Amino acid sequence: MSAATPLPLDAVCSLDEPAAHRRLRAVLEQGLPLTPRPWKSLAEQAGMAEEEVMACVRRWQADGMIKRLGLVVRHRRLGIEANAMVVWDVPDDRVNEVGRRLAQEAAVTLCYRRPRRLPDWPYNLFCMIHGARRERVLAELAAIAERLALGELEHRVLFSTHAYRQCGGRYVQEGVA
Amino acid sequence: MHCHPRDFDSLDRGLIDIYQRGLPVCTRPFLSVAERLGTSETEVIARLERLHSLDVLSRVGPVFDHARAGASLLAAVAVPEETRDAFAALINAAPGVNHNYAREGLAREQGYNLWFVMTAPDEPELEARLDALEAHLGVPILRLPMLEGYHIDLSFPIPWAELECT
Repeated sequence: MSAATPLPLDAVCSLDEPAAHRRLRAVLEQGLPLTPRPWKSLAEQAGMAEEEVMACVRRWQADGMIKRLGLVVRHRRLGIEANAMVVWDVPDDRVNEVGRRLAQEAAVTLCYRRPRRLPDWPYNLFCMIHGARRERVLAELAAIAERLALGELEHRVLFSTHAYRQCGGRYVQEGVA
Repeated sequence: MHCHPRDFDSLDRGLIDIYQRGLPVCTRPFLSVAERLGTSETEVIARLERLHSLDVLSRVGPVFDHARAGASLLAAVAVPEETRDAFAALINAAPGVNHNYAREGLAREQGYNLWFVMTAPDEPELEARLDALEAHLGVPILRLPMLEGYHIDLSFPIPWAELECT
């Protein structure tokens, strides 16, 4: 996937009233109410019909604006406390290949290319590996590095030591809901 | 402090394992979930409420693609460890911050120890928020936008067996 230009909201939903989209986005970002007809409740909050809301969500899913729909779990609360951000300095002509291969590893939950900021920041590829304990995460990383022959690449493992905030995206301007 | 795996029976685990993605978009999604898991809609809702009250469940809902749902980037600052909490509080107070972690493991000369994700409705607003925060913090913010996403899905299998041993 390329670094896409954000699509105008109007282009991804059949409704032609941007304010309704923003309201729907804002209520969706809070999550579904845990009631038998959650879409109906959301529709009422957004000033739309239940069917329109579901159609809009399906469209956003098809377009990729919604990546997944379901339980957003706080892994730390389940005991998955080791969270490593591994940063790699990969030659530019190899970074896409390495990124794609890393992303296919089951233990890798996110993999992004980002810019270097020389001289302060030489790393251009980021991936996340989670696990119950650090030793397990490091063992996974070692296995991956061996499988993909990444041993030569300069990299650093940044474990999180404290979560000051962990929550979903809030992209919609505050105050529109 | 976290919950223990024994707090979660097979129905809880089924919900978590199966429905981090693919919640059906239909008028009664929890009924559809219940039918697949062999229980009732009421029970599914009760379980989700419990997971939410235990703070295991952040929410049930969509995860938007950062690159398309608005503007966001990964940012970092290098601050003295002894004042890290105060810097983190200032960052959390800024509009649009949705992740904020202390991390260790860099060489001293890099020193970035607070990592956060800043979001905004669009790019100009994102820049404005970062500029304002940078001025407020008084330290430079390393700005690392995503250039390419190879794998952008935070759903992953929970290693229940491994957790049982911790």
